[in-house]
Amino acid sequence: MTTRRDSMVFWLGVIVFLAAVAAMTQIVRNEYPFFAGYVILQFIALAVAWSILGGYAGYVNFGTNAFFGVGVYTAVALFKAFGAPLAVQIAAAAVVGMLLGLALGLLTLRMRGIFFSIATIALAIIIETSVMNWRFVGGAAGIQLQRPAVMPPFDSYVKMLCFVQALLVVIAVGTARYIQNSRIGRGLQALRDDELAAECTGVPTLRLKLLACVISGALISAAGAPAAMYLQYADPSSAFNLNYSVSVLAMSLIGGTAHWIGPVLGAIVLGVTQQLLAVTISSEVNVLVLGIMLVLFVVGAPKGIIGLLLPRYRLRAGGKP
Amino acid sequence: MFSMDLLLGAIVLGVLLGCFYAAVSVGLSVSFGLLDVPHVAHPAFLVVASYGVFFLNDRYDIDPLLAGLMITPLFFLVGLVAYRIYYETFERRGSDAAVRGIAFFFGVAFIIEVLIILQFGVDQRSVTASYIGKAWQFGEMRIPIRQLVAFAVALGLTILLAVYLSRTFTGRAIRAVAQDEEALRLMGANPVRIKQFAFGIATAVLGIAGALLIVVAPVEPTLDRAYIGRTFCVVVMAGLGSITGTLAAAIILGVAETVVLTVFGASWAPAVSFAMLLGVLAVRPQGLFGR
Amino acid sequence: MKRRTFLGGAVAVAALGRTSSAMAQQTPIRIGMSMAQTGGLAGGGKAALLGIEVWRDDVNAKGGLLGRKVELVVYDDKSSASETPAIYAKLVDVDKVDLLFAPYATVPTAPIMPFVKQRGLLLMGNFSFQVNSKVGHDMWFNNAPWGPADSWASSFLDLGQKAGGKTMALLSADQEFAQNLALTARDVAKQRNIPVIFDQTYPPNTVEFSSIIRALKAAKPDMVYIASYPPDSAGILRAVNEIGIGDGVRIFGGGMVGLQFAAVMSNLGSLLNGVVNYNTWLPEPSMYFDGTKTFFETYTKRAVEAKVDPLGYYLAPFGYAMGQMVEAAVNATRSLDHKGLAKYLRENEHKTIVGLIAFAADGERKESGTLQAQFRGVVDKDVEQFRVSGKQVILFPEKLKTGDLISPFEAARK
Repeated sequence: MTTRRDSMVFWLGVIVFLAAVAAMTQIVRNEYPFFAGYVILQFIALAVAWSILGGYAGYVNFGTNAFFGVGVYTAVALFKAFGAPLAVQIAAAAVVGMLLGLALGLLTLRMRGIFFSIATIALAIIIETSVMNWRFVGGAAGIQLQRPAVMPPFDSYVKMLCFVQALLVVIAVGTARYIQNSRIGRGLQALRDDELAAECTGVPTLRLKLLACVISGALISAAGAPAAMYLQYADPSSAFNLNYSVSVLAMSLIGGTAHWIGPVLGAIVLGVTQQLLAVTISSEVNVLVLGIMLVLFVVGAPKGIIGLLLPRYRLRAGGKP
Repeated sequence: MFSMDLLLGAIVLGVLLGCFYAAVSVGLSVSFGLLDVPHVAHPAFLVVASYGVFFLNDRYDIDPLLAGLMITPLFFLVGLVAYRIYYETFERRGSDAAVRGIAFFFGVAFIIEVLIILQFGVDQRSVTASYIGKAWQFGEMRIPIRQLVAFAVALGLTILLAVYLSRTFTGRAIRAVAQDEEALRLMGANPVRIKQFAFGIATAVLGIAGALLIVVAPVEPTLDRAYIGRTFCVVVMAGLGSITGTLAAAIILGVAETVVLTVFGASWAPAVSFAMLLGVLAVRPQGLFGR
Repeated sequence: MKRRTFLGGAVAVAALGRTSSAMAQQTPIRIGMSMAQTGGLAGGGKAALLGIEVWRDDVNAKGGLLGRKVELVVYDDKSSASETPAIYAKLVDVDKVDLLFAPYATVPTAPIMPFVKQRGLLLMGNFSFQVNSKVGHDMWFNNAPWGPADSWASSFLDLGQKAGGKTMALLSADQEFAQNLALTARDVAKQRNIPVIFDQTYPPNTVEFSSIIRALKAAKPDMVYIASYPPDSAGILRAVNEIGIGDGVRIFGGGMVGLQFAAVMSNLGSLLNGVVNYNTWLPEPSMYFDGTKTFFETYTKRAVEAKVDPLGYYLAPFGYAMGQMVEAAVNATRSLDHKGLAKYLRENEHKTIVGLIAFAADGERKESGTLQAQFRGVVDKDVEQFRVSGKQVILFPEKLKTGDLISPFEAARK
């Protein structure tokens, strides 16, 4: 149960966070922190969104790259056809992600465990192949886009994108927190622990599963949409890169899936590490580091970072602000 | 525009392609199908085997398939050790094993990729053998001998494994442990030892499969990513636990791909095979031949 | 040692000492770039980078630029488009480099084009294809010999039509470069009223090409234009050798990436014979300019140690040329001002180890320098054979030509 005080603390934290990001966009001249910051915020949003289905419900979605790519290409299609503004691109991407999540949920209604994961891989490949053959958005040849002019109070488009992604993080975290503390969250947890038992005690497992797919999908696609404007370029191999699926899985596991703060921590730790490595060692060693981190955390810290920091979470999953 | 002739040819080539898929997936059929180990590093081990074969072929001029056989015992040992590590870290500790197991094996796969790059560089590698580049004239058709080799090897491996699992004592023990571990324990056998042995076999098979991989097409360090989807697709569609099912499912997949390619164009081939997988799973979740 | 020589040597050492210490005292000139060290483009990226590094060492041995040492700041972009915006923002805003080189190939380069245009920065391109056509940056200079977009298909089809070809088959990979080549090929075919009787794309990670080649063969084309990537190029040639392509084919190849890399060439061996493919540099007499020979001697030694492409014909000399052009511009304008450098690069012809380079308004070459060459007399398992002239006979362009097309394709394969 959330107390009023816990909620107030949370929302205060959100306001402080957004204010800090906004302040940075006005004060910091250098653009690099915003480029790197955008990528890290994007991964936080993705990891939290993934965790709604993968962490709470225990259904491991390997097709994160499909939802992400769909978000990117929805933005591309709308921008190319109507010159749609960023807000519309994101909203539309969320809708498409929702529909895709619904399709996934319906298709995999009776599938459990690893079968569900394999089905997500299959779906991802089908979607990527379809987009590759879609000439309007450039198909496999890729497409270059021209950003519109940036609106005040931002003096650079990347700063605005960074702030937008911060907003998406807040939406994702807020949604995850709400689910975690509500009956939905408890239902999902029951589903994850023992689906059969949950069904027997009257938990509407199928409906909950669909809900988790839909929400998770919508958020992932929404987080992917701004990437089209960030890169001003889209091509299927970049937008549907398997790296998104693996990184997001890694971040959630490293952080811990019992609480929404887990994926946030995991994304920050892994995201910052990757950004730092990209501009220091910068070679195949990056992949080695990712591999080693994965192995170490999975073996040594089964409940993730939150399991290490807060012993109480080793005993009880879920149920706190 | 296609003719009956072309279609027939596509089916034949599809069967051969399917056999290739079967050969590279049959190890997973044991490790994942029977032992429930979410072995996403299976393709990475496969690629390592290919590089091993490349090394022997390039340095000492050994025939690739022979080289594959040579590294099989080494891979068997690697499999034994790998399973021990996996068991101690995951199966013992219980819950959440599946997801963490997947992440663990991804980590292992990445580490393997980088080690290959550091040793061999990023360029693609290939082997030379007398049967690569030649074709066998069969009436109107010319069938690449590479594919026939794949066909023979896949058939051989499948039959060997299927016979082993149903006729020999250890084989049947492996089957038993997959079905009911508790019962086996009660009967006095050590299930962990048996599973370890099975994983060793599954990994040993990769030695030959790796040789096949590099015979059919060039390999490069990140090739494993392309095969994760394919191998799991084959094994899952076949149904966990069915070795002969793996061969059948792989052939169905291969034929579907080549027929779609011939009739509709190559672009849609992967979409079709995975759509088939989804269809099978939606209708019959335990796979085509699953228990 | 003779006294005079000793004295001369001592003076030289003292002079060199003074120059190096002078160089050491000033801040270095930093050239920033990202390069693919991992991912699908890594093979090419590493070779290109080595070419640039050889230039850096050469220029520093001569005393650097404007008396300052040249330093390279290189980050790995993982062959991906999503990494480069952050990397180049860091190079410009944090590392504050003096000059920028582009990443290898189009996909990582495309996202940074608007950035450099908006900031008014000079960008030396590295083997991108038509990446500036939409953006229109006036300080972009691509080192690739492509020239106008349709030059590829035109040159190939010219040769094919001269040999009597009337119909065309097109097979392309579902990847950026191959698709762009295919687009131009279709355009050129339409202009010349050549019917494209087979036009298919195949997805990446395709393992087996036997069925595709069978279908292609059944269409009975005269000219076969392939736009493929390294792993597929090898697979396609294998399939062609096994299945056969039909006796009517006059010319085969065109845009197969990978047939320029040593690893692929040495492995395919005699399967390459008869294929007409694009290339950028070949060890034919017409391709040796000032400094070319010494460059390759230095490069080869270092490449073998670094486990990079030992031949390095495709990309490395052009990386060196990038450096040479920048060197010429900086020395001529005696400054690092980007606008001034761009003006110099635009208005002059540049002598490099790959020949004379002159730029058109869009930053591509004025004239196409893309070679179309036919493989002849290649044997198996021998990398060194490619260092000798005659294994790849240049058919186009006219002024670099060293031989004529042998047609039909099946005949050329013997």
